[in-house]
Amino acid sequence: MALIELPTWAALAPALVLGATALVLFLIDSIEPEPDTTSPTLLTGVGLAGALSALGFNVWYLIAGTGQTTAIELFGGQLMVDGMTLVLGTIVASVLALVVIASYDYIAEEPHQAEYFSLLFLAATGMTLLGSVDSFATAFIALELSSLPSYALVSYLKDNRGSVEAGLKYFLVGALSSAIFAYGISLVYGATGSLQFDAVASAVDPTALPGILGVGIVMIVGGVAFKTASVPFHFWAPEAYEGAPTPISAFISSASKAAGFVLAFRIFTTAFPIDAVAGTIDWLLLFQVLAVATMVLGNFAAATQENVKRMLAYSSVGHAGYVLIALAALTPQANPDLVLGAGMLHLLVYGFMNTGAFLFVGLAEYWDVGRTFEDYNGLASEAPVASVAMTVFLFSLAGLPVGAGFLSKYVLFGAAVGAGLWWLAAIGAIASALSLFYYSRVVKALWIEEPTEEFEIDSYPVGLYTAIVVAAVVTVLLLPAFGLASEEAIAAAGALV
Amino acid sequence: MLLEALLASVLLGAGIVALAPNRYAGKLAAAISLVPLVGSLYLWSAFDGVANALLSGGEPAFETTIAWIDLAGYQLQWHVGLDGVSVPLVILTTILTTAAIVSAWTPIDERESQFYALVLLLEAGLLGVFAALDFFLWFVFWEVVLVPMYFLIAIWGGPRRKYAAIKFFVYTNVASLAMFIGFIALVFGLGDSVTTLGLPEITQALQEPGALGEFAGLGPAALKAAAFFAMFAGFAVKVPMVPFHTWLPDAHVEAPTPVSVLLAGVLLKMGTYALLRFNFTMLPDVAKANAEIIAIFAVVSVIYGALLALAQRDLKRIVAYSSISSMGYVLLGLIAYTVHGLGGATFQMVSHGFISGLMFMVVGVIYNQTHTRMVGDMSGLADRMPVTVGIFVAAAFGYMGLPLMSGFAAEVLIFLGAFPSTVLPGAPIFTALAMFGIVIVAGYLLLAMQRTLFGPFSLATDYELGRAPVHDVAPLVVLLACVIALGVAPDLFYGMIQDAVRPILELGGGV
Repeated sequence: MALIELPTWAALAPALVLGATALVLFLIDSIEPEPDTTSPTLLTGVGLAGALSALGFNVWYLIAGTGQTTAIELFGGQLMVDGMTLVLGTIVASVLALVVIASYDYIAEEPHQAEYFSLLFLAATGMTLLGSVDSFATAFIALELSSLPSYALVSYLKDNRGSVEAGLKYFLVGALSSAIFAYGISLVYGATGSLQFDAVASAVDPTALPGILGVGIVMIVGGVAFKTASVPFHFWAPEAYEGAPTPISAFISSASKAAGFVLAFRIFTTAFPIDAVAGTIDWLLLFQVLAVATMVLGNFAAATQENVKRMLAYSSVGHAGYVLIALAALTPQANPDLVLGAGMLHLLVYGFMNTGAFLFVGLAEYWDVGRTFEDYNGLASEAPVASVAMTVFLFSLAGLPVGAGFLSKYVLFGAAVGAGLWWLAAIGAIASALSLFYYSRVVKALWIEEPTEEFEIDSYPVGLYTAIVVAAVVTVLLLPAFGLASEEAIAAAGALV
Repeated sequence: MLLEALLASVLLGAGIVALAPNRYAGKLAAAISLVPLVGSLYLWSAFDGVANALLSGGEPAFETTIAWIDLAGYQLQWHVGLDGVSVPLVILTTILTTAAIVSAWTPIDERESQFYALVLLLEAGLLGVFAALDFFLWFVFWEVVLVPMYFLIAIWGGPRRKYAAIKFFVYTNVASLAMFIGFIALVFGLGDSVTTLGLPEITQALQEPGALGEFAGLGPAALKAAAFFAMFAGFAVKVPMVPFHTWLPDAHVEAPTPVSVLLAGVLLKMGTYALLRFNFTMLPDVAKANAEIIAIFAVVSVIYGALLALAQRDLKRIVAYSSISSMGYVLLGLIAYTVHGLGGATFQMVSHGFISGLMFMVVGVIYNQTHTRMVGDMSGLADRMPVTVGIFVAAAFGYMGLPLMSGFAAEVLIFLGAFPSTVLPGAPIFTALAMFGIVIVAGYLLLAMQRTLFGPFSLATDYELGRAPVHDVAPLVVLLACVIALGVAPDLFYGMIQDAVRPILELGGGV
């Protein structure tokens, strides 16, 4: 029990801190009379302080058990705070902290740094809020709050055609899927007369307007698929991740994906429990199809890439497929705590290993070593520490036990088998074995191939290195310390179902 | 805590060696590897385990159990311990690792500190595989072995090393995934009767009649059979068994010799060890019901592996294919379900570990001097390298099963065990067919020796042939001593092995 009774709104502290940091960053920028003279160190320092205090609040609440026995309801059931909120908040804040440190070096030469950092924090606020939405109205607002700054961030390098094209594509697909999501919400509202998740679930009447409700649910799946970069709304992902400034690619592919999944977990367990919506649409089957399509497409596409960043982008689609198993395997015979908890655990571990892998690509871009696998040849002899870290990230992503990605992936496959979907686990296993092939191409380039030409590496950027090493250490340590995370994640999942 | 200390010393040693300068890395690694070697010999002398670690009544020695992860009703544990099957394999691992490190001093001449650090990492993984008694913990070690092996083949290997490494990597990874799904289905089929993923708990729960429920539309019998074959396929790749063997020749030929030593000596035993632990101890009824099929796999591996070896010109390939043949004997011993069958199979794992390691090392020493491994490229080496050639001949006779060598003891035990098997219909026929493999082994080894070692001296490559340095020959002598010691006194290990395998027979059937 806490010594001081905090007011209930304090449960939203992580999101509030992130939002406040965004505003403070604006303020600092507006105090400086000349454009682009604000010290990058100051901006990074404030950002890091904001991200770490948000992380601190999340971890503190998780340990103190805030909202975990009974969810804290706020604003008449529009927002809530429970274990799932806090686990997502932890993922977002951790990824954000890594991205902030890495950005210090990555955007050192670019203008509008204060705007970059504030947009980053606004997006992070939206993602954190996505974990506490309890109604379709707030869900839509939080989704837009996380998406709109992301569009701008992707096209931040505005003199770079790739970055601008990526932003445009991301925005167009995002606008379309937002529209579909909003239309789906309106159909659900039409069928149930409610926007609040619990109220929707209790108002579902399969005999009245089952078609409208079913179409609404399918459209909401579409909105979620966009946010998580899952088939069929994954088209934006490879372009956006490849064209965006690399820390932003890391941020969107890790934190934004996690936020999208938590939203999906909440909607489909709270608003549309499978028993309640029986007779409208079998979303289990829908997610099974999507999981297979996303795993297969993401991994096969990744295997054919020549560009490392694009390979990571497609692999990110593939990982969305693995996490979709968590929704696809909520069958009656499944242990729902384990299934959803496994999905959350994979998102948590993925947050570190995927962010780290993208940041290594950012480091390579910082050194101008090029973008293809061949360009990385022999890089380990110049940057052994970062290369060890990258090897940890890639093998962990591939599901080898050098990092916690091994445990989270196998727990997920195991949970799928436990749900009776051994064939889904088998398809995941094939995709995973394929991923070993393309991830190890990077490892091979780093350690085994001879360099084609001399590298011109004259400085070792402190920020990027720190972020990469921290991400690697956490990825490795989560292997023995997996129990700490799994306890929270499974308890959080158990509160939902 | 002894096992933990052993593992920690190897891991710590790997870290130290990785940071050491290249010049001293080899010597340092050899010195560090003496710690687990001496430690494992102590474990052997202080061994007080009873029966089989997985079955009721079994008390593994040096056991530690610590809760690790709680997964919604399933407890994962740090659970390690040794019984009579694992102790010999642990000793095999530590001796072969030290020998392999010393034998690497000559051939490995670049990025030494990375090489030796990876070898130590490999040793840690292998020791973990033989010590772990919790499924997930065991699986962590099982998979972690792939990582150093991949680098060892891909960085220091021969011309086609990258292809061989990735083939090994992906092939064995797919196999692990198949095995994983099969095993987990079995665990979920047990429902609430298990609360941990400990191997002893699961094995014992599976023996309870009626414990296994219906799962995913499969009844208990079908579920057992499906799990058995998923795991069998997974482990068969590792062993490897014909027709899952194609990664092995590539990996062996491309791997540098010290790595081949560990690959053939210990890595293949992971597969047969897992078969014994999982398929043949957990699901004996399925194994017995399909005894003929498994025996056919065994005999085909024996004969076909030997015939493939007969067709090779590369000395390393000969040894590699003959390993497939030798692993076939292990499988035949396992499916016999007799004390000497199971015990002989386990003994053969250890014996073949030493002999094949020795063979690879001798070929490596010859290659260091001649820079060729092709049978036709050299002859009459006996005059120039008398000690090395002497050991080669001794090792080859060990392989053929000369009395007083460990290979003889192992094969005799397997045949003694397999012949009277009541589980395997037509056991005498299968045994006789497998015995025929020895004739082929003798054929290809004698042929290869006659053409390379004896006759007038000639060498196709332009190298001055000198005596091998002492540190090349010393590990050969040590391994040969182990082979002879086990041949003269199989009871060094066979007593504890028998203790550990006998409870498996009490699960029903067998002699």
